[in-house]
Amino acid sequence: MAYGHYDAAGMAGRRHRAIKILLAGGFGVGKTTLVGAVSEIKPLRTEEPLTERGARTDNIAGVERKTTTTVAMDFGRITLREDLVLYLFGTPGQERFWFMWDELALGALGAIVLADTRRLADCFPAIDYFERRDIPFIIALNCFAGARRYAADDVRVALDLDRGLPIVMCDARSKESAKEVLITLVEHVLSVADEPLSSSGI
Amino acid sequence: MPSNDERWLDAEAGPVVRPYALTQGRTRHAGEAFDLVATVTTTGGRVADPGALAPEHISVLQLARVPTTVVDIASDVDLPLGVVRILLADLRELGLVAIQAPVPAQTRQIDRNTLREVLHGLRAL
Repeated sequence: MAYGHYDAAGMAGRRHRAIKILLAGGFGVGKTTLVGAVSEIKPLRTEEPLTERGARTDNIAGVERKTTTTVAMDFGRITLREDLVLYLFGTPGQERFWFMWDELALGALGAIVLADTRRLADCFPAIDYFERRDIPFIIALNCFAGARRYAADDVRVALDLDRGLPIVMCDARSKESAKEVLITLVEHVLSVADEPLSSSGI
Repeated sequence: MPSNDERWLDAEAGPVVRPYALTQGRTRHAGEAFDLVATVTTTGGRVADPGALAPEHISVLQLARVPTTVVDIASDVDLPLGVVRILLADLRELGLVAIQAPVPAQTRQIDRNTLREVLHGLRAL
């Protein structure tokens, strides 16, 4: 049986808590930059099923995957306390990576959808994904130099989002800004948790 | 049904062959599934046949002497997640590691106190 090891590690009675936060958004929107601004970046490779790129398969259910290839993921770690660690997972926006999302989303605290106002439509699939699965999320607008600034309300209308859903402007390069994004997400999750279940989604 | 050999003879599979050679070609692990941020800890158990362990198993065991998450192990041993999961499942079957779910399986939600602690921790960064 497994006793004794916690004592050996000097961690008797303490539970190590690891918390997942997802960071979604289109290609080149600044996910890697944001993860690097606020957390310790770590290399992480995962496997991607090798399917025929470009050729859409209508139904792959029950078909044995031929093989896989490895891909690098954005992955960052923020140690809040010795026994409380946040993990940031940058989830690639392309559909072919979505097999990873279901697993990442399970038990996750919530998600940040990083958006570029010049290509807002890129984040539609991510928003749709989180809404369908009732995963709390916020929108972070990465304010690229030279990009037109939009009012949060304009973006809300463009993305057809609920009024209660936070939209924050950020500079993905800045630690303070990235921190604010994370704080906004956790505050949002806490406020959603306060609502009675019946009011969700309407 | 294709043999294991056929599966790995694909020209595109080049970089995959080596990591999965560690797992004897297995791409799925035995036993209960575990989360990416599940915590792995060595049990202090001993293995009857040390020859059954690959050097990578040993590396994983060394990292798990203190509670360590599945993703941290994958990152630190620099092997793809899928490979590390198979290695971990092997070690679990041998009784060498315990793998603890990150949140109680029945709730699947993070409790409010933990959320507040996270908030506090982030503000202090």
